[in-house]
Amino acid sequence: MAQLGVKIHDLELKNPVTVASGTFGFGEEMAQFVDLNKLGGMFVKGLTLKNREGNDYPRMAETASGMLNAVGLQNKGIDYFEDHIYPNIKDYDTHIIANVNGGTIEEYVELTERLNALDRVTAIELNISCPNVKAGGMLFGTSCPSAIAVTEAVRKVYKKTLIVKLSPNVTHIAEFAQAVEGAGADSISLINTLVGMAIDAEKRKPILSTITGGLSGPAIKPVALRMVWQCAKAVKIPIFGIGGIMNATDAIEFLLAGAAAIQVGTANFIDPKISEKIITGIDEYCERHGVKDVNELIGALEI
Amino acid sequence: MGHFFMIKSNKIVEEHIVTRVENPSPGNYFITFQAPVDLPEIKPGNFAEIQVPDAPDVFLRRPFSFLDVDYEKRLVSFYIKVIGKGTKKLAALKVGDKTNLIYPLGNAYKIAEPNSKVLVVGGGSGIAPFILLGKAFRQNNIEATFLIGGRSKADVLLTKELEAFGKVLSTTEDGSMGEKGMVTHHSVFKPNNFTFDKVYTCGPDPMMKAVGDLATNAGIPCEASLENMMACGFGICLCCVTPTHEGNKRVCLEGPVFNVNYLKWHN
Repeated sequence: MAQLGVKIHDLELKNPVTVASGTFGFGEEMAQFVDLNKLGGMFVKGLTLKNREGNDYPRMAETASGMLNAVGLQNKGIDYFEDHIYPNIKDYDTHIIANVNGGTIEEYVELTERLNALDRVTAIELNISCPNVKAGGMLFGTSCPSAIAVTEAVRKVYKKTLIVKLSPNVTHIAEFAQAVEGAGADSISLINTLVGMAIDAEKRKPILSTITGGLSGPAIKPVALRMVWQCAKAVKIPIFGIGGIMNATDAIEFLLAGAAAIQVGTANFIDPKISEKIITGIDEYCERHGVKDVNELIGALEI
Repeated sequence: MGHFFMIKSNKIVEEHIVTRVENPSPGNYFITFQAPVDLPEIKPGNFAEIQVPDAPDVFLRRPFSFLDVDYEKRLVSFYIKVIGKGTKKLAALKVGDKTNLIYPLGNAYKIAEPNSKVLVVGGGSGIAPFILLGKAFRQNNIEATFLIGGRSKADVLLTKELEAFGKVLSTTEDGSMGEKGMVTHHSVFKPNNFTFDKVYTCGPDPMMKAVGDLATNAGIPCEASLENMMACGFGICLCCVTPTHEGNKRVCLEGPVFNVNYLKWHN
């Protein structure tokens, strides 16, 4: 077996396979399918300070090789997480990474302070790229000064590993990667979903209640690979590659493009056991290619 | 609703083989699969997420209520009504074909008190869970009446099978079978006839809402099984939510069966 451990700033992941926020619940829903202890980490469902009901149904549209979602950060808020969810997941032997959302910088900071106090939440992912909320979210992630401001503010209060999740809905993503690196991010994750829409021609109506939503799945993988590759060349901090990873080969491609670890997202909906299979598949790839340490693959694209 | 996570390790994610395909009328298929392992307990209203094989343009699995279960032979069957590209592809499955199924998913209908009298109202593919309901009624000596609605005779399925579990009534919009008109206008809903301890319904939302209103107005408890679009089917994508008096709830996990008075229904 190859050495699969990777390091993201202070986080030692037992392998580069983690699961993306919003595609794995809080882990406990998936424990019946996956041995959570085998995962490099779990990016749990996006949190906000207060309960959010999310957007109206319909929130989902299947598209060619992918899907649009417009969930809108439905979650029960940080109090509920602390009291009813954290106690159930804190003892799994994997990194629990909270996905942090806010409508204002103050909300991001307040939520971060709460999470800083939870020992077993070993990192946070600052979500400045959610396309499905009216306030905050992607508005922070599509303007460099805003991305810097929110990252700096959170950095001041957060002592552990700070990951910033970037939006692909910008012209030059590498500029955002550099901007948040300069603002104190320890790592970046990309890409969040691409803004898209789906139309029912028979009814002449949009399918989603919000008209637009976030596109995920294999349809976005080429865009995600390109963006990871561009960002890897532009920053020194490690990258979580995300976007349409359906199998181990896809995951390897992201490592080669420069990601130090990956997040499996939409694939969890189709095969709830896929994250474990990808870990095995990466090991098999290493075996087949005589790779003793998975770190040898990071950025090893030959051009 | 209390704790929303009910972790059970009884879920199957397995490749199944098609053992039987029936086509009782155009666009309607009953497909039976054999599991490679012993079946977990499957309750009336539970559903499975079926992968659509060899269909690159169908990305997500499709959810279907269990039509019938044979624990001894490890068989599970589903009613597949051709609606879109996913169901069209599934309907083309042949004996010997393989595909992956995840189950049992969702909650179940609550079976009424033994020796009570119940009405079960369905339309379209909503009749799928009625066989398992009927079996549970028979075990509990419950007197059941099934009312099936459709556009015409070809849409009113399972009447023969359901006769094993109770009285079967029907309505068709064209009058080709049973009473003519909408299912909710059937004479069983007239005050003198509408004397049941519980009502169960599954079918299109407007029908279920109307049935739920009739039951509520008569002071009869009513459970409805929803069929919202889902990406996952096991509680993580949060796409299938329905508005309730306690906020948005996942149809796949807190449902698909809800007491009608808990629901706010979609607009």
